Amino acid sequence: MNRLAHLAFPLTFALTACQVSSDPDLHQTGERPELPEQNDSLVPAMEIPTPEGWGDELPAVPEGYTVSAIAQDLKIPRQTLVLPNGDILVAEGAGGKAPKLRPKDVIAGWIKKRGKSSVKGGNRITLLRDEDGDGQTDLQTTFIEGLDAPYGLAFVDGTLYVANQGNLVSFEYTEGATSIAGSGTEVTKLPAKINHHWTKAMTASPDGSKLYVGIGSNSNVGERGMDVEEDRAVIWEIDRETGASRIFASGIRNPTALAFDPWNEQLWAVVNERDELGPQLVPDYLTSVRDGAFYGWPYSYYGQNVDPRIKPARPDLVKNAVVPDYALGSHVAALGVDFTTEGGLGGRFGEGAFVGMHGSWNRADPSGYKVVFVPFRGGRPSGEPIDLLTGFLKDGHARGRPVGVTYDEARRVLYVADDVSNTVWRIAPRGAARRASPQETT
Amino acid sequence: MDRRVTNSRSFANPLHAILLAFPVALYPAALLTDITYLNTAEIQWTNFSSWLIAGADLFAGLVLAWALLGLFFGRARHAKSRGTVYVIIIAAMFGLGVLNAFQHARDGWHSVGTLGLVLSVLCSILALIAAFIAYGTQAVVQRA
Repeated sequence: MNRLAHLAFPLTFALTACQVSSDPDLHQTGERPELPEQNDSLVPAMEIPTPEGWGDELPAVPEGYTVSAIAQDLKIPRQTLVLPNGDILVAEGAGGKAPKLRPKDVIAGWIKKRGKSSVKGGNRITLLRDEDGDGQTDLQTTFIEGLDAPYGLAFVDGTLYVANQGNLVSFEYTEGATSIAGSGTEVTKLPAKINHHWTKAMTASPDGSKLYVGIGSNSNVGERGMDVEEDRAVIWEIDRETGASRIFASGIRNPTALAFDPWNEQLWAVVNERDELGPQLVPDYLTSVRDGAFYGWPYSYYGQNVDPRIKPARPDLVKNAVVPDYALGSHVAALGVDFTTEGGLGGRFGEGAFVGMHGSWNRADPSGYKVVFVPFRGGRPSGEPIDLLTGFLKDGHARGRPVGVTYDEARRVLYVADDVSNTVWRIAPRGAARRASPQETT
Repeated sequence: MDRRVTNSRSFANPLHAILLAFPVALYPAALLTDITYLNTAEIQWTNFSSWLIAGADLFAGLVLAWALLGLFFGRARHAKSRGTVYVIIIAAMFGLGVLNAFQHARDGWHSVGTLGLVLSVLCSILALIAAFIAYGTQAVVQRA
């Protein structure tokens, strides 16, 4: 048996040695990211920081800001929404039931599961209320139950819209309500076959007439066949009244959060790009979404960079692929985006977009695992992303993983859902809360 | 005329032979599905290859363990040199098979490629050579 061991070790070593390591000098954020050569190594890098508790510690914020937990013991919080009366809604759930098609799916599933919370998704929406404006939650209660992996939330004209993984439902809301019975009225079904990328991100147009829903691809790069990619890797525009839908943008691999900017009232998306082309390919991005635009997936990335893994090639589509506006870094897994209004959080965080980064698995040196701020000027990104909320990784463990981010215009604070520590974090400029709580720290 | 009873046994005992039957069948089957994928770009063929190779690897591992133990305790101890050659062939088949499983875990068109095809060919050839050794008669036991 000794001989077997002698064979096995060099083999494993040789296999992992084919992986290239990251080049720290490569500039992968901003408007023109540097893209290295493709390297789909034989054994893809899988570095999964396993969950660990926060203990007495908190995530880190820059000098002059505070962070506190306003909700804990949630069941996989993903996206949040602030209602007109200031109540905060938190969508909780875990979806996707893609069948295992290859031995690889079984093994990768086991490995990735190690990085997730052991809590079962709540399939519900929780309401958080701060009655006295001290920045602490006075009431945490289940608002809507019996949903199916709710993710996208929107509120228009007294109606709450919830994007489950398989349909879009609406609920009539009465001001001040702390619970709504029933499972809502279906506005439209959403593409739900396989649901490899199951999250249905959502936002409403500024005039409230349309809802936009992000529908992720059913594979990394078309390896389940293109038949199952009908109506996937697209953003739907849905008429709020009739439920009629059309494809607004396509080839947009996994649009995990959508928001309209307050300056030009344009639709923006954060998008997760493909894996297994190396640690620094392909950068995830933040982009304004143009009506009718094709963003390349699966045939190309960042414009005309052809991905040879998808056959037959489609040069006719690739030639029209749009280059995204702003790179966020490779494998950061951006899952949340929201814009500032009227001075935002002040200082360097006055005008721009907040981006929640869930964090990487497909590179040996973890990336993401933080909330960054992309400064804007005149409705366009201007400058490098700035770290806002960090400290999620410690000693190779993930104490939390950021998902949705929501800027609360009235209170001038930011909420961040964290689906590993099952917490909602609140970030505020120091001194903004009327009364400092013992939980708060810099 | 003198008559003797001759009793020949194969190199591998029946259980060992059954285990080896899997790589012998599955690696060449994977080679065929690989070729079909390369000809059609129809994704299901490479999915077939992945499972065929995974199954072949599993049994190749068991055969390898058996062959190593057999070198010392089984029938092969009566035929050391053939036993050693057999172990080397099985070990090479298993090693290349595992490599091929990783190759087939790549996505889309990269799941086969030149490397995948070459590995499938090598594993098929090695499996067939192993079968010739294992299923061939080994020793003639003569009894008066």
